Amino acid sequence: MSFLARLGGGCQMNDIKKRNEIDSENVTENEIYIENVSYIPPLLEVQGLTKLFPVKQGIIPRTVGQVHAVDDISFTLERGETLGLVGESGCGKSTVGKSLLRLVQPTHGSVMFEGRDIVGMNRGELRALRRDVQIIFQDPFESLNSRHTVRKILSEPFIIHRRGLKAEEKQKDEQGTEAERKQNETLSPKAEREKKVCELLNRVGLDESAANRYPHEFSGGQRQRIGIARAIALKPKLIVCDEAVSALDVSVQSQIVNLLLDLQQEMDLALIFIAHDLAVVKHVSDKIAVMYLGQIVETSTSEDIYRAPKHPYTEALISAIPVADPTRRPDRIVLKGDVPSPIFPPSGCRFHTRCRYALPRCSEETPLLELATDNSSGGSAACFFWEDLKLPHSQTKEIASK
Amino acid sequence: MALLQVQNLSVSFDTDEATVGVLDDVTFQLAQGETLGVVGESGCGKSVTSLAIMGLLPKPAGRVTGGEIVFGGDDLLSYRPEQMRNIRGRRISMIFQEPMTALNPVQRIGRQLMETLQLHRPQSNKYEQIEICVELLDRVGIPEPRQRLTEYPHQLSGGMRQRVMIAMALIHVPDILIADEPTTALDVTIQAQILELIEELQRENGMAVIFITHDLAVIAEIADRVVVMYAGRVAEEATALELFSQPLHPYTQGLLNSIPSLGGIPKTQLKTIRGMVPSFANMPSGCRFRNRCERAQQICAQEIPKYFGAKYARSVACHFWQDSVVDVK
Ligand SMILES: Nc1ncnc2c1ncn2[C@@H]1O[C@H](COP(=O)(O)OP(=O)(O)OP(=O)(O)O)[C@@H](O)[C@H]1O
Ligand SMILES: Nc1ncnc2c1ncn2[C@@H]1O[C@H](COP(=O)(O)OP(=O)(O)OP(=O)(O)O)[C@@H](O)[C@H]1O
Ligand code: SF4
Ligand code: SF4
Ligand SMILES: [Mg+2]
Ligand SMILES: [Mg+2]
Repeated sequence: MSFLARLGGGCQMNDIKKRNEIDSENVTENEIYIENVSYIPPLLEVQGLTKLFPVKQGIIPRTVGQVHAVDDISFTLERGETLGLVGESGCGKSTVGKSLLRLVQPTHGSVMFEGRDIVGMNRGELRALRRDVQIIFQDPFESLNSRHTVRKILSEPFIIHRRGLKAEEKQKDEQGTEAERKQNETLSPKAEREKKVCELLNRVGLDESAANRYPHEFSGGQRQRIGIARAIALKPKLIVCDEAVSALDVSVQSQIVNLLLDLQQEMDLALIFIAHDLAVVKHVSDKIAVMYLGQIVETSTSEDIYRAPKHPYTEALISAIPVADPTRRPDRIVLKGDVPSPIFPPSGCRFHTRCRYALPRCSEETPLLELATDNSSGGSAACFFWEDLKLPHSQTKEIASK
Repeated sequence: MALLQVQNLSVSFDTDEATVGVLDDVTFQLAQGETLGVVGESGCGKSVTSLAIMGLLPKPAGRVTGGEIVFGGDDLLSYRPEQMRNIRGRRISMIFQEPMTALNPVQRIGRQLMETLQLHRPQSNKYEQIEICVELLDRVGIPEPRQRLTEYPHQLSGGMRQRVMIAMALIHVPDILIADEPTTALDVTIQAQILELIEELQRENGMAVIFITHDLAVIAEIADRVVVMYAGRVAEEATALELFSQPLHPYTQGLLNSIPSLGGIPKTQLKTIRGMVPSFANMPSGCRFRNRCERAQQICAQEIPKYFGAKYARSVACHFWQDSVVDVK
């Protein structure tokens, strides 16, 4: 709750309930009135999001357990803001990302986009939603149809959301110069699409000749640019970047990061940025949430989380960041013990099996994500002892200063 | 003697429109027990180089048009397909960049691992094989290994799939492990664990590693020597220490400058290399980096810079590499 209050910009629990009730009457407007008080909901508000995947076993498959992929996660995101999502492989980052577009159906919880709960949306509403919310995947193969040329892939959004293009063009025309307007009017829909495709390709740093080629003819990184081009085609309000720059080499990565930052400014675009390169995450994010085994264990501003991590897992994570300096062998906090099972998560604090500060209490009680009330600019941590631990210890500090 | 010698390797691809030369005159060598890092812009030919070594260039589009790949005294390019099959997985193994392309989506993880295992230890029985698989998955840090064996690739997270691939490559420790972006899908703690595992295998078995990545920080950590590629050619080769302390090629310098630092100011523009990679269909003459290079002169358009043996027994393909030495000092 405290976490929500902090990140949600003053949104209270009962407001949310009320909003749920009056939801349906106001779906077309972003502004919703509660007891005569004007209230603009945040762009995205996730409450108690949970996703359990059934685990099946046996010859006649029987559900024998559940993977706690995402377990009771809440956060909010404002327009134009970036939330970085980091954490161990398999901790549920992609599942959170996919839930926001209902590519996976959440088991519990609500995902409010501009005040509308996407969990109960029907097909038509979902299609409209996916104009505003886009996702870019870590594995470009998953998302690009290998039998289509790049031209076809990039034209598709304009064909599916035909109306949207018109509206947007009109708006642009009104602002454009006389000459531009003339030019646009004379273009046939097809030529117009072609122009858009070329613009998109240029925007993500690809040659226009790429339009004639197929995804398999590109390298992994080039395919990722195509994915980004498609995602920004309809000028969405939120893009989930699921390791979108992970496959890119640094110089292209920095171009794409700059591109995303530009687009963000231009279009007031909000981003959920999932990546394991913590230096990049820090660079693009306003705030960061650290996940461990399906839960958020710490949130903070991107500056503070590196300078002053509060949760022992965050500390270990930061200490493991490789540094581009071969003369330095970093002094890592090596996490001992097995990676626990998301099917039978450890009791109490889920990190206790690998935490070097764990005490008996940690396996018995569950620490809640609490607002950290120290001098720093806020943030919250789910650890009983964050205040006493006085993290980070020396090696983490050194890394943060690099 | 080098364990592996790639000499003047050139590779072309046929596309709908034309035949494009992708690799041009790529030369490097790998010593026993050594870790060679390969870095370079996306699309510069890192994966194609490793596929050529493995004899796995996509047929019929991809073809070697020149050079040799000498391993154990023989040119691998002269091997028949069944000879190459004997090399692959036994002497030279590869961890692929996109695990989904290497894993069979409709087959359980356990079945796929056991098929590979069957190749190397045909005498073991099914129960032993299951135990070995469990141990392997455990070693690469996969939780609930026994359960995972019964699952399909899509049920695993991206990082777990990548680790399954690593486990598969390590069933039999090869002479050379080619790891194509093996840790790209992994978080830093698991990445550290995998890097340690690879180093451990190297210490135990003298395995040599070609480590392809775009993460220069990982290169700094694991590589003895580094090859920097640009647009299908080698731009620079040096020991990791030399490369990071004194990059000689303008492209390498640009790369190192592009790394976001943890101490940097968030949400500011990062340094980049201006322009974009030329497409293979219309490569600039002379130095392929010239349209992006701040140091370019007329000669750069006229002559391909030779791969000089520069100072300190390192190599660089730039007409004006000496300027870099002055730059730094
Ligand atoms: N379709 C599915 N069926 C069963 N389990 C699943 C499915 N998709 C994901 N999981 C499980 O849910 C957990 C979280 O997966 P998720 O892909 O969200 O992780 P992640 O944080 O994105 O990891 P990575 O960094 O490796 O991509 C994992 O334990 C994974 O095995
Ligand atoms: N099957 C193919 N047909 C045509 N061109 C191809 C094919 N496979 C690769 N190429 C081309 O060869 C070049 C090198 O590709 P490669 O996959 O080796 O790049 P890479 O350096 O591994 O890049 P990344 O870092 O993005 O993985 C690319 O420009 C690509 O377009
Ligand atoms: S609650 Fe205990 S086990 Fe959990 S992070 Fe804090 S000290 Fe470690
Ligand atoms: S040869 Fe010329 S264009 Fe190429 S890197 Fe050197 S200075 Fe730049
Ligand atoms: Mg993921
Ligand atoms: Mg590659």
